Amino acid sequence: MEFDIPTWIKVGAYAGSGLAIGLGAIGAAIGEGYTAAQATAAISRNPARSGEIFKSMLVGQAIAESASIFALVVAMVLLFTTFQSDSFIMVWAVLASGLCMGLGAIGAGIGAGFPAAAACEGIGRQPGISGRLTTNMLIGSAVCQTPSIFALVIAFILLFTGLDNNPLSPTWAAVLGAGLATGLSAIGAGLGSGLVAASSCEGISRQPTSATVMTNSMLLGQAITQTTAIYGLLISFILLFKAHPATESLAPAMALLGSGLCMGIGGIGPGIGEGFTAQAAVRWMAREKDSIGDLTRTMLIGMAVAESTGIYAMVISLILIFVI
Amino acid sequence: MAIEGADLVKAAAFLGAGLAMGLGAIGPGVGEGITAAKACEAIGRNPKEAGLLTRTMLVGQAVSESTGIYSLVIALLLLFVV
Repeated sequence: MEFDIPTWIKVGAYAGSGLAIGLGAIGAAIGEGYTAAQATAAISRNPARSGEIFKSMLVGQAIAESASIFALVVAMVLLFTTFQSDSFIMVWAVLASGLCMGLGAIGAGIGAGFPAAAACEGIGRQPGISGRLTTNMLIGSAVCQTPSIFALVIAFILLFTGLDNNPLSPTWAAVLGAGLATGLSAIGAGLGSGLVAASSCEGISRQPTSATVMTNSMLLGQAITQTTAIYGLLISFILLFKAHPATESLAPAMALLGSGLCMGIGGIGPGIGEGFTAQAAVRWMAREKDSIGDLTRTMLIGMAVAESTGIYAMVISLILIFVI
Repeated sequence: MAIEGADLVKAAAFLGAGLAMGLGAIGPGVGEGITAAKACEAIGRNPKEAGLLTRTMLVGQAVSESTGIYSLVIALLLLFVV
């Protein structure tokens, strides 16, 4: 059986569309479910505040939903756009685009659920500061969404920048690797940032006077947690926009695919681990004001060590692209 | 395109190097993060021992790092030696 290229592109686009929304729905559903569970518990403890808690739950869930809405948009674009191309690269690009967005939405969806849940609990505990808590939750969950926005950017670049003029081998592998690098590395960063934001909301509800310190240290912790997602984005950009010389052999293509996989998978662990670290540090900064300096220092040292394997992964990725 | 044996072996080595370092980075990343989280918690509970706790954290993380370094070594071996 021989099929023409437009048929293969349709095959890739429909498969990519299913992957985008199928994978992309996982995170938001878990995150929002967790928020609803904690909101229900908070209402049972403090029924008089059910209105505020309910409102805060809905706002938090709406933000957690945004990652899966990105996935829905990409899935729709893949379904209803006719991609004009006479190259098999487009087949890989549509598939990689769906994979990238689907994987990239998992972490952000789960992560954004944690601060929303903590805010609901906090309003139950300290109804007086619901405004400050909601603001902190909004900032925290917005930062959780950044890795999914990276994934959206790469998904659209894959679909609309016209990589067709490049040689099929090894560009097909570079395209797939670019999607996997950003998509996979977004999982850890999204999840980790959510953990940090949750403990910052918890801290504000326990110690309303420490609100500024909580927001600042949350942003510091989240920024470091995001770094591996940024490495993933960087590797994706290099894979997409570096000129790869045409080749007949398999090895250079596998080097590019391996590079994307290496950075993508390697970015997951440090993101989650650094999230745990900053979560604990921020939680104890709220309780022990006098040791904020010590806590920040230990947090930064601990995160730097946890980051090291992410940096090894980036080094191997860069060797696979530039040296091999 | 015709794929030769040597080419296939090289291709597998490159893909294997990426997978080795990628998968190998998950465990140390999460584990060292948990260590640092517990160290921060312990400093919160007992701020006077911050120095001792940070030192213990670093030693523990260094041991936990070792599997990440094994992955790096294997990835480099796959890339340059094998």
